[in-house]
Amino acid sequence: MLTLSVNGQRQSFDGDPSMPLLWYLRDELGLTGTKFGCGIAECGACTVHVDGDAVRACITPMGGVADRTVTTIEGLSTDGSHPVQKAWYALNVPQCGYCQAGQIMQAAALLATNKTPSEAQIHEAMAGNICRCGCYQRITAAVKAAATGA
Amino acid sequence: MKTIIENVSRRRFLVGAGGFVVAAQLLPAKAFAEMHADYQTGAAAMPHGVVTDPHVFVAIAPDGLVTIIAARAEMGTGAARTTLPMIVADELDADWSRVRIEQSPGNEEKYGNQDTDGSRSVRHFIQPMRHIGASVRRMLEIAAARHWGVDDGDVEAADHEIVNRKTGEKLGYGDVAAEAMALPAPAADQVRLKTPEQFRYIGKGTIKPVDQMDIITGKAVYGIDARLPDMKFAVIARPPVFGGKMASYDAADAMKVPGVEKIVVIEGTPAPAKFQPLGGVAVIASNTWAAMNGRDALKITWDDGPHAGYDSAAFRAEMEETARKPGVVLRDDGDAEKALASAAKVVTGEYYLPHVAHAAMEPVTATASFADGKLAVWAPVQSPGGTRDELAKRLALKPEDVTVHTTLLGGGFGRKSKCDYAIEAALLSREMGAPVKVIWSREDDIQHDYFHTVSVERIDAGLDQSGKVVAWRHRSVAPTILSIFAPDPKHEAPFEQGMGLVDNPFDIANLRCENGAAEAHTRIGWFRSVSNIPHAFAVQTMADEIAAAAGRDPKDMLLELIGPSRIVDPRKSVKNFWNYGDPVEVYPIDTARLRGVVELVAAKSDWGKGLPPRHGLGIAVHRSFLTYVATVVEAAVDEQGKLAVPRVWTAVDAGFVANPERIHSQMEGAAVMGYALARYGEITFKNGRAEQGNFDSYKVTRIDESPAETQVFIVEHGIDVPSSGIGEPGIPPFAPALCNAIFAATGKRIRHLPIGDQLST
Ligand code: FES
Ligand code: FES
Repeated sequence: MLTLSVNGQRQSFDGDPSMPLLWYLRDELGLTGTKFGCGIAECGACTVHVDGDAVRACITPMGGVADRTVTTIEGLSTDGSHPVQKAWYALNVPQCGYCQAGQIMQAAALLATNKTPSEAQIHEAMAGNICRCGCYQRITAAVKAAATGA
Repeated sequence: MKTIIENVSRRRFLVGAGGFVVAAQLLPAKAFAEMHADYQTGAAAMPHGVVTDPHVFVAIAPDGLVTIIAARAEMGTGAARTTLPMIVADELDADWSRVRIEQSPGNEEKYGNQDTDGSRSVRHFIQPMRHIGASVRRMLEIAAARHWGVDDGDVEAADHEIVNRKTGEKLGYGDVAAEAMALPAPAADQVRLKTPEQFRYIGKGTIKPVDQMDIITGKAVYGIDARLPDMKFAVIARPPVFGGKMASYDAADAMKVPGVEKIVVIEGTPAPAKFQPLGGVAVIASNTWAAMNGRDALKITWDDGPHAGYDSAAFRAEMEETARKPGVVLRDDGDAEKALASAAKVVTGEYYLPHVAHAAMEPVTATASFADGKLAVWAPVQSPGGTRDELAKRLALKPEDVTVHTTLLGGGFGRKSKCDYAIEAALLSREMGAPVKVIWSREDDIQHDYFHTVSVERIDAGLDQSGKVVAWRHRSVAPTILSIFAPDPKHEAPFEQGMGLVDNPFDIANLRCENGAAEAHTRIGWFRSVSNIPHAFAVQTMADEIAAAAGRDPKDMLLELIGPSRIVDPRKSVKNFWNYGDPVEVYPIDTARLRGVVELVAAKSDWGKGLPPRHGLGIAVHRSFLTYVATVVEAAVDEQGKLAVPRVWTAVDAGFVANPERIHSQMEGAAVMGYALARYGEITFKNGRAEQGNFDSYKVTRIDESPAETQVFIVEHGIDVPSSGIGEPGIPPFAPALCNAIFAATGKRIRHLPIGDQLST
């Protein structure tokens, strides 16, 4: 039995500690905003924050998040008011939208540690997040807009 | 879960608000065209055609809230859930902030064709949606006139209100909604469409895509997100070779995995594959992780079947041999053989384009609940109506006992036109006696795709003394999509030939198109822009090769090949010419528009300007899905062969444009996917098995190498110029423009995709 905090709520888990956080969030808690895209840390669709850092939930075992604080897209803000979400909305970033929760969580983690990232730093931070629809141009612009509050 | 429940209640609400449900009204093509005094598309000829009964698509609540039905699938173009409803709302003159969108279930008898494929949504439905909106506006006016006891010519509906012109009195749309929606649909000559100056949303690009806020807050429901009470999770071990089957299995260890509840064998179907499951052994568990571990613990012996020897390298050599010999002649203008024989110079290009996988970010998936002889499925399907019919057939149910709820699609690109995964979920739910969600891992999704075909394209062009092209012979060899429907066809179907092969627009007197035989050894399916990918790559690379051979500027050479402005009608020389299912008279091949996008993109990219060393510009143009797209790519290749794409310019002529904002996003995205296709896209086969499985081996574009800036220029037209496709046409010109740019930058000609490491060797 282990406990963790998910979006500010205390949760306990007594299943297989090797189960990835992704499936716990999606199947057990019903937090489906965090997406499955590859299962091997190649696409970033499953990105969540663990103690504020962007991590890939698909390769993060439950045993590794005991007593830690997990934030998912549902917990970033409930109303889209996080600066990254606001920028995403203003620039109409999503196409199909499936990758976007992961993109937003990754961008939010970047801006939490680097308030004024250069384009190269944005690309470096976001290179693990695939968008098959190809929204990269707007993602770059939205991260910049979120950084400057534009 | 939440959305599912809401959908159910919303449907009741809809019927209640409308007061009754009117049977769908199917209009024959001719009547439909006359009714609009407009232009005729191929929409009515599609299965189940077009429904224009406003009662089917619009409901208005007493508080004025307007509900508009989205009957097609939304996969990111914005067409289904934003653009088409926006068109209805505009003609209805509704306040968009008081409009909500409801997704319909699959039911083509009721809603008309729902197959969201072929870049057809706006092209086929802009007129019906305008008519529906305008009909409801008229019904509101009639109801308000009756309310006031005045002539209906004295009232006018605008901006969610109806005004009595005589007295200045006003009623809200909701005030007379019940009476209005109880009226029959007005006769066609009673419906006034807006003039374009009156549009408030159409053509403006100011409406937010409707799911935007739900997407960025994680609330949007995709297929993989459907949840039902007591739902089980399944993964399936499928035959690794197409056409293979399970010979024997041992599930003892799988059953020991905690959470695993049941093992079910799914029967495959003999070829042709159609949209049926591949078969295999399913592991059903209480969560996805347990199901995946259970599958890993299965011991299965496969019988690999007739395609066990499929080797894509050997197959390529076979196709190249075929392309070096004459094939079936599809188009034969003049005498290409003679003209080639007497040409001063012959330029030959042999091009190879491999299989690719769709790899939408959401792997295919479906959730089914079978109970009491009734089936409900929640799935990301491009064709909800077709899925319902397939499910009914496979489970021997009446269509009315099958409900298909279309979720959002996390990308489709043609893969989700095939509903094999929905059938899997339905079969497993029936076996399990509980709701079941089938999850495909990324490896499942890539290795059991309906792959984009593999092609060899060979073009011989003959030039006379002056460098003018006098002969053109294009041989195309590629397994056909027909192979999933019919036993063993070996030639491209008219719908494949019409995608950039026989519709060649060049002004060349001696032009011949041939098609050599090729057998399919895996499931072949539509991939965003389909056969246009290989055909356009070959034609547009060859145009650049001819320019290089003749010492000409590639853009000037391209315009010379296109020739003067005229209408090209391949029907003169091509049997069964396929024009994307639309009439040639309405959507001709118009070289003025082809030239127009070339000239526009050349001007915008400052074609001919000086560039830094090892930078180059490349150009390509292609008409597909009745839309004309020209692209210029700037490539930079450093000494080590590292490729970068600093800029892309794309000019689009898609006729009248309903939602320019989403056209920009489609074209930006096409550059990114086009780059993936050109740079990395390849599925190889060995021993019948796809050799790539995930994004580590099947690479796609990432942000740090993506074209940095894509500028999109839309050719403006009035509403009288028929709207054409948008989702697909951005793809075909990208790869040839990129490879032509690489040639300009380095002198290295890319004839085989993907580019891979060709630049560093
Ligand atoms: S699903 Fe975790 S990185 Fe792709
Ligand atoms: S928006 Fe579709 S994958 Fe990114």
